[in-house]
Amino acid sequence: MLVTEQKPVGEILGALDGAKSVLLVGCNGCPLGWDSGGPAKLAELAEQLAKGGKEVAGSVMIDFLCNKALVGLKLTRHLDELKKADAVIVSSCGVGVQATAEMVDKPCHPCLNTMSSMSFQGLWPSSERCGQCGDCVLSLTAGICPITTCAKNLINGSCGGSHKGTCEVDSKRACGWFRIYERLKEQGRLDNLKKLPYVRDHQRMDIPMAQRSTIRWAIEA
Amino acid sequence: MSRLQDALAAGKFVVTGEIGPPKGIDTHEMAEELEHLRGKVIAVNVTDIQSAVMRLGSLIVSEWLVRQGVEPVFQLTCRDRNRLALQTELVSASWVGIENVLCLTGDHQVLGDHKGTKGVFDLDAVSLIHTVTLLNSGKDLAGNALAGPTKLFPGAVVAPGLDPMEPQLLKMERKIAAGAKFFQTQALYDPRQLETFMRTAEQFKVPVLAGLVLLKNAGMAKFMNANVAGVFVPDHIVQEIADCPKKKLKAKSAEIGGRLAKEMKGMCQGIHLMPLGWTDIVPAVLAHAEITDVGLS
Repeated sequence: MLVTEQKPVGEILGALDGAKSVLLVGCNGCPLGWDSGGPAKLAELAEQLAKGGKEVAGSVMIDFLCNKALVGLKLTRHLDELKKADAVIVSSCGVGVQATAEMVDKPCHPCLNTMSSMSFQGLWPSSERCGQCGDCVLSLTAGICPITTCAKNLINGSCGGSHKGTCEVDSKRACGWFRIYERLKEQGRLDNLKKLPYVRDHQRMDIPMAQRSTIRWAIEA
Repeated sequence: MSRLQDALAAGKFVVTGEIGPPKGIDTHEMAEELEHLRGKVIAVNVTDIQSAVMRLGSLIVSEWLVRQGVEPVFQLTCRDRNRLALQTELVSASWVGIENVLCLTGDHQVLGDHKGTKGVFDLDAVSLIHTVTLLNSGKDLAGNALAGPTKLFPGAVVAPGLDPMEPQLLKMERKIAAGAKFFQTQALYDPRQLETFMRTAEQFKVPVLAGLVLLKNAGMAKFMNANVAGVFVPDHIVQEIADCPKKKLKAKSAEIGGRLAKEMKGMCQGIHLMPLGWTDIVPAVLAHAEITDVGLS
């Protein structure tokens, strides 16, 4: 089971920029089990967002956001709400956020930080991987993880080896930062590149004792 | 203030050079290379574990340059050290009188000779520049006060030949926001590339030194075209050097380098020469380029 925790509401609201209306998409898998997500937590978040001046266009729970078929199937039943929304808030691990961002053409923002996958990378049969940083930046990077798609795990944009969309390590490997640039450009959000934190806090990757001392941890770890 | 910083602040055109520390402790060739550059360029870059190939260190060689009376541009990459080690290198550099520091991310380790090593990349070029800015203000990355701030002049690199160019320009802006005071470009062989790049970059008002790697033979040109991201040697230059008899290669290299420098000098604020060992032809390159003042007068 993946270990996640909710981001501060201020950070979630801050990431939404000018988006007025949001669709909430939540995973009923690990976040429910870990008590960081699930229907009750999502309802609480919806209230907090409404207080913060956001209109909640809808709320969709999906059993496993890391299952491509499920995400596609379930979201097609909520197309009207999706159309109304300016942005999507995803309550899942980094894999689920990337999976959702791949499926919808709206900016997707994580509301959780993923601290550990406990060796489980989810059911998404594709290339989305979560770096378990505990300080998710997918909101700024168009739902594509720079930590796992960049060969150098860079946080400040592409290096001098990114050419024609490929990585300096292998000309057949896509440059993660090029993909991020392309999608941000498509979404008119290139300014995001100026908002990234200069430095990562690697301490956030360590799971605090408060989590380690839970029954859930005892069962899972 | 370093001489390079002074010259750039005064709006002077500058020329810098470069030496690469050897793999081992036999430094007589490096010493010879340095002598050819003395007085011919305003400052000399010292590469840092260049191309991820293990060698003599950049900091110690830069300090040796200071003792030799030659101003170094200390290159520092983020591949091999975490933020503790990088800050220590920067503080140490400043203590021994090194002022110019070129902040780079560094090539990926698989491009070098220790492919199985662990790349660090705790910081990158942008956050390293940010770190220099902090250290100069008397604080470290953790916000703790220094016993005496550093006096470093941070520069960075940019590769105008990369396709697409927009992400490079965005990153260049980010480097400037973090505190980069000058830029050296990746090797350029087509002045039009520099012209296109400068059309956007000149609005940033930060000096740009066009990078020139002196070509040694046609094989090297072809290798760079195939393997170095963003480096493009046009066919006519490859042909020109391929047609040159072996004995005249150095003269030809100086002629091509000088010609390119002459075409590019009006577009930017300086030239960064990377002779890859052929420092003896730097005076000839400058003569061909009709550059009489490299920023030293």
